[in-house]
Amino acid sequence: MNPLHLFRRSFSHGVHPQGLKEQTADRPIQRVPFVERYVMPLGQHIGVPAAPVVKVGQRLVRGELIAESAAFVSTCLHSPVTGRVRDIGPHRYIDGSFKQAIEVEADPYATQQLEQRLPPAWDSLSPEQFIQEIQRAGIVGLGGAAFPAHVKYSIPKGQQIRDLLINGAECEPFLTNDHRLMMERPDALLRGITILMGQLGAERAAIGVEANKPDAIEVLRRRIDDGSPVEVVALPVKYPQGAEKMLIKAIYGREVPAGQLPRDLGIAVNNVGTLVAIADWFDRGMPLIERVVTVSGPGVTYPANLIVPLGTPVREVLRFCGGLRDETREVVMGGPMMGASIASLDVPVLKGSSGILAFTEHATWRPKEYPCIRCSRCLEACPYFLNPSRLARLGKARLFQEMRQFQVMDCVECGACTFACPSNIPIVQLIRTAKDNLRHLSR
Amino acid sequence: MRSKDPQLLLQSAPMLRQGLTTPQAMRDVWYALTPVVLAALWFFGLGALLLLLVCIGGAVLTEWVFTPPESRRDALADNSAALTGLLLGLTLPPALPLWMAFLGAMVAVGLGKVIWGGLGGNLFNPALVGRAFLLGTFPIAMTTWAAPSGPGGFLDLPASLFALPFHSPVYDAVSSATPLGLMKFQQQGTGLSQLLIGNTSGSLGETSGLLLILGGVYLWLRRDLDWRIPVGIFAAAGLFSLILFTQDGARFPSPFFTLFSGGLLLGAIYMATDPVTSPLTPRGAWIFGAGIGLLVVLIRVFGGFPEGMMYSILLMNAATPLIDRYTQPRVFGRKRGGR
Ligand code: SF4
Ligand code: SF4
Repeated sequence: MNPLHLFRRSFSHGVHPQGLKEQTADRPIQRVPFVERYVMPLGQHIGVPAAPVVKVGQRLVRGELIAESAAFVSTCLHSPVTGRVRDIGPHRYIDGSFKQAIEVEADPYATQQLEQRLPPAWDSLSPEQFIQEIQRAGIVGLGGAAFPAHVKYSIPKGQQIRDLLINGAECEPFLTNDHRLMMERPDALLRGITILMGQLGAERAAIGVEANKPDAIEVLRRRIDDGSPVEVVALPVKYPQGAEKMLIKAIYGREVPAGQLPRDLGIAVNNVGTLVAIADWFDRGMPLIERVVTVSGPGVTYPANLIVPLGTPVREVLRFCGGLRDETREVVMGGPMMGASIASLDVPVLKGSSGILAFTEHATWRPKEYPCIRCSRCLEACPYFLNPSRLARLGKARLFQEMRQFQVMDCVECGACTFACPSNIPIVQLIRTAKDNLRHLSR
Repeated sequence: MRSKDPQLLLQSAPMLRQGLTTPQAMRDVWYALTPVVLAALWFFGLGALLLLLVCIGGAVLTEWVFTPPESRRDALADNSAALTGLLLGLTLPPALPLWMAFLGAMVAVGLGKVIWGGLGGNLFNPALVGRAFLLGTFPIAMTTWAAPSGPGGFLDLPASLFALPFHSPVYDAVSSATPLGLMKFQQQGTGLSQLLIGNTSGSLGETSGLLLILGGVYLWLRRDLDWRIPVGIFAAAGLFSLILFTQDGARFPSPFFTLFSGGLLLGAIYMATDPVTSPLTPRGAWIFGAGIGLLVVLIRVFGGFPEGMMYSILLMNAATPLIDRYTQPRVFGRKRGGR
């Protein structure tokens, strides 16, 4: 470990985008009213898409199971509202394609009370039962990747989780959903930590929060007694702090070797929202049917932090926020650094949707692309110490095998290099193309 | 609520950009060099201005002529050709005939950049390619130095400036040796304060040490310059000449003289740091800088020329691809070498 690490807990390289969080940082979380129809894509998590267990026309209550899968890397889906199955078929997905989805029509006269039975007490469960419960609750990592959470909690024999690391970095500009969650539901967060520490047998927990959220750090610290195994760590603001391996480097000063997982170092990393979802399942019997979404950006009339039932069309969420301004040119799902722009406002909010951002002319304009001037800014930005300049050059020549020698597969597609490039070279885009091609080749 | 959805753009992440563009980075170098240019006017008068303008004009014209019509606007908009012209101009002796300067600028952009595929493709620093061409072709004119005239003689234009092409220029001004020349051929030093302020003879832009450093600090603050390269050059050149100096103080120049005389500062801060022709990797930048520092002292002390900055930089330019190959950064979570 680097001795300097004791003074400055951070990772190397990275970039400093403007925070742009002022619009929503102080807005309490509001609940979006129920709308007419919901679309639940069957494959909105990483892994095998779930298979429907309901039929068209069937009546549903809020939180009822509507799809599940026998595969391990997959998870369950639940109805976000009380209503009726209107359709099971292809619906527009956020990437523009059509994907199988269950369309649910809300019952306008239902109270939308949650009437689910409570699951068994968490401390009465064996590790296998606990994993089943998490899968049954449909919980995925809520940071953005939507990786089924129970997969992370199944620890192979011979490994022991010692540290639970909670990701409250929220390094993406604009987003404040985790920030508000820490402010408003610290008890649920700490409850989730207790449950997960108990089940995984972790000895300590650390909550990593970037220092631009002093109020959240304060709220959490006040609730943690001296001598508690839970620690709140304030981190210098830097992107991509929230990338799993970067956060581990920042907090513990250790590098997860390439090709290994955090659990190989005895560490389990979870997003703030994921832990709150775990607490909600065990304490309230609520599966993952809603999430906190930040709606922000210069194109939104009234920016807000919202609890949105999953499957709500983006159009309805924006309508609740006063609609789009006329100058809007682009709508992005997720954060501005790793999110994706959407072609239609009819796509639904998914388990992995942390934000809906609307950009106007100013933010969507791109400078012209110039040749690479070998200025090294991308090398200084890349948290993985890759050589993005070289990768982009090879990518333009479509020399994908050569890119593999420069470890292109290690790239986490954080976009820091493209952000930093003065010549506006689409570096991470070229890298994505190469990775796709290489994956197909190796199949 | 609007009735119709806006036409939505589809772009791929990241949606944000740092804000600095390549033409701006080039412009920063112009800002950094402004005081140096003003000092050149102060010391060498209107002739300096003419020389610089001819160099810039020649460079821009060459870029324009050799670029396909459809990309002309872009090629000129990136400011790089004009910058090459300016940098070349700053390395020229103040009384150089204008037609030679023009030819040098054409070679700098044409052979130094355009035939390599334009911006970003060249292996050697274009301005120095131009200067190397001039030194090889017109060795006398390139080593005839006018003493600084000072503000009094602002309007005096040396007659040699207007020499007709292919006629040998007539020098009217008192020709005087540069500090490096004095050192090399007469073992005579020049005071440090004189070197810092710049009222010595030499190339247009190399004489004022203080202003050159000032511009360098600006570029460093703007993150336009890899500080490792100038620091590497200073450290290597300073150390090497310190060792020589302690061996024989009468024969060898002091480290201070080495650092502040001739084109070392101009070269170290503005030429060696040209991103296109210097290594990408941080370790590479150290090696590159140290290499230049050692070479320049070697050439100055043991070579036939009083000045060695240009050749040192060009030599290390040639080594850059090799340096880059062997200094690839260690990838996160891996050992050096990839596994
Ligand atoms: S190369 Fe990959 S990991 Fe490195 S900065 Fe670019 S996107 Fe991020
Ligand atoms: S930041 Fe852009 S211009 Fe600079 S070295 Fe990287 S790819 Fe080239």
